[in-house]
Amino acid sequence: MSARLLRIALPVIVLALVIAAWDAVVRAFAIPPYVLPAPGVVLATLISDGSLLWNSLLVTLGITFEGFLLAAVGGIALAVAFSQWRLIEYSFYPYAVILQVTPVVAIAPLLLIYLPQPLAVLACAWIVAFFPVLANTTLGLNSVDHNLLALFELYKASRWQVLWRLKLPAALPQMLAGLRIAGGLSLIGAVVAEIAAGSAGAGSGLAYRIAESGYRLNIPRMFAALLLLSLAGVAIFFALSAVSYLALRRWHESALKRER
Amino acid sequence: MTAESPIISLRNVGKTFESGTTALDRFDLDVREGEFVSLLGPSGCGKSTALRIIAGLSKASSGTVAWPAGQSAGPGDIGFVFQEPTLMPWATVARNVRLPLDLAHADSARADKAVRQALGRVGLTEFAQAYPRELSGGMRMRVSIARALATEPRLLLMDEPFAALDEITRFKLNNDLLAVWQEMRRTVIFVTHSVFESVYLSQRIVVMTPRPGRVFTEIVIDAPYPRDERFRTSADYAAQCRRVSEALSGAMEGVT
Repeated sequence: MSARLLRIALPVIVLALVIAAWDAVVRAFAIPPYVLPAPGVVLATLISDGSLLWNSLLVTLGITFEGFLLAAVGGIALAVAFSQWRLIEYSFYPYAVILQVTPVVAIAPLLLIYLPQPLAVLACAWIVAFFPVLANTTLGLNSVDHNLLALFELYKASRWQVLWRLKLPAALPQMLAGLRIAGGLSLIGAVVAEIAAGSAGAGSGLAYRIAESGYRLNIPRMFAALLLLSLAGVAIFFALSAVSYLALRRWHESALKRER
Repeated sequence: MTAESPIISLRNVGKTFESGTTALDRFDLDVREGEFVSLLGPSGCGKSTALRIIAGLSKASSGTVAWPAGQSAGPGDIGFVFQEPTLMPWATVARNVRLPLDLAHADSARADKAVRQALGRVGLTEFAQAYPRELSGGMRMRVSIARALATEPRLLLMDEPFAALDEITRFKLNNDLLAVWQEMRRTVIFVTHSVFESVYLSQRIVVMTPRPGRVFTEIVIDAPYPRDERFRTSADYAAQCRRVSEALSGAMEGVT
């Protein structure tokens, strides 16, 4: 069997086995659905609560997407500013790190006090997601080939030519790696903020559904919402990986197929 | 040799790095228009530093660098070939060669023509749309040379460009470089640590002493051009190599 086929077949087999075992355990011990619902029940809930969950998914994805976009723009812009003006880097980099190392779960309740809820959720998604973009892009901008920099200097390139024609393209692989991490993190940020807002919030995202279902002991719906969240995360990861591959496939080592 | 005024003239040039290392000390060099000069010396003798000072990529700590033949070099007057091909991996061969012209906001039609011409000179016309990673080491170096030639520079500076290549490729590129030089008649300053390469290519070899880099002696190689494989296997070539080799040993010992 080819390696390619194995890489698809094996995880599918593992998934099937886990689901079968889960189903068998629920049946064998007659576990009630409010403790652990069988896979079939989760699937049925997914269909019966379909429109409700779908709308919630759209809300969460919307926030994730906005947070990601802000993180991408903010992270890249900040990294460029850092690389162009040392003083800006010295002044602000420590605070970017502090913002990153403080757990967002701890910040979320504060943000919810000071900001209207949708904005607070968005701010959380942004805070978690922007740092990997900033850090990776900064690394990329700083690791440009020194001889290429000398070449640009030799031809009297302007600062902006160096940035636009050399530093940004050279930083692209790291930048895309940062964006790939940021995609998953902005989903996490959005979920954390929704959970923190809890049932008090007027939001209707998937995480809010999970919290709400938890209070109502509607465990099958919790599972269904969780499943949708995972699928959303996976979809985001694959979409960003595809973008990265398309952008780099002609030239970067990471996107090359190697023949042996 | 005619007594033309030199295209570039270094007087008493010294370079001390912040670390305290003295790379060059009282270094003198005159290069005439159209000349092919090699700087020969062991690693760490400051020959690359001298080249970077001529290119304006590094500042001399003391002494003067002058362009007596005309005004000082503007952008595009100097072509530089590094030890590595130093290509932009995200750009095609044509875009790489075009870079100096793009940076100078050259007229597009003129730039296209210059790129075609430069790629033709190094025999890479068919590879214009290829990416650097698709090329062999020797071909990448050709692209690098084509880029340096794209602006038709008055002075071509080459910093051990073929050191990382295998011998067969190096010989081929030596021949091609000589062909380009004879066709364009530009001034070339070629840095190398290979006695054989310097004798094969140059009209004049400047042998340098290590630490601090200084001119030990100059040797004129008066063999006529075009030089080819016959020259490479001739008794004359062997004799010249021996002479240069002895001079280099002398420079290493520090005896005059």
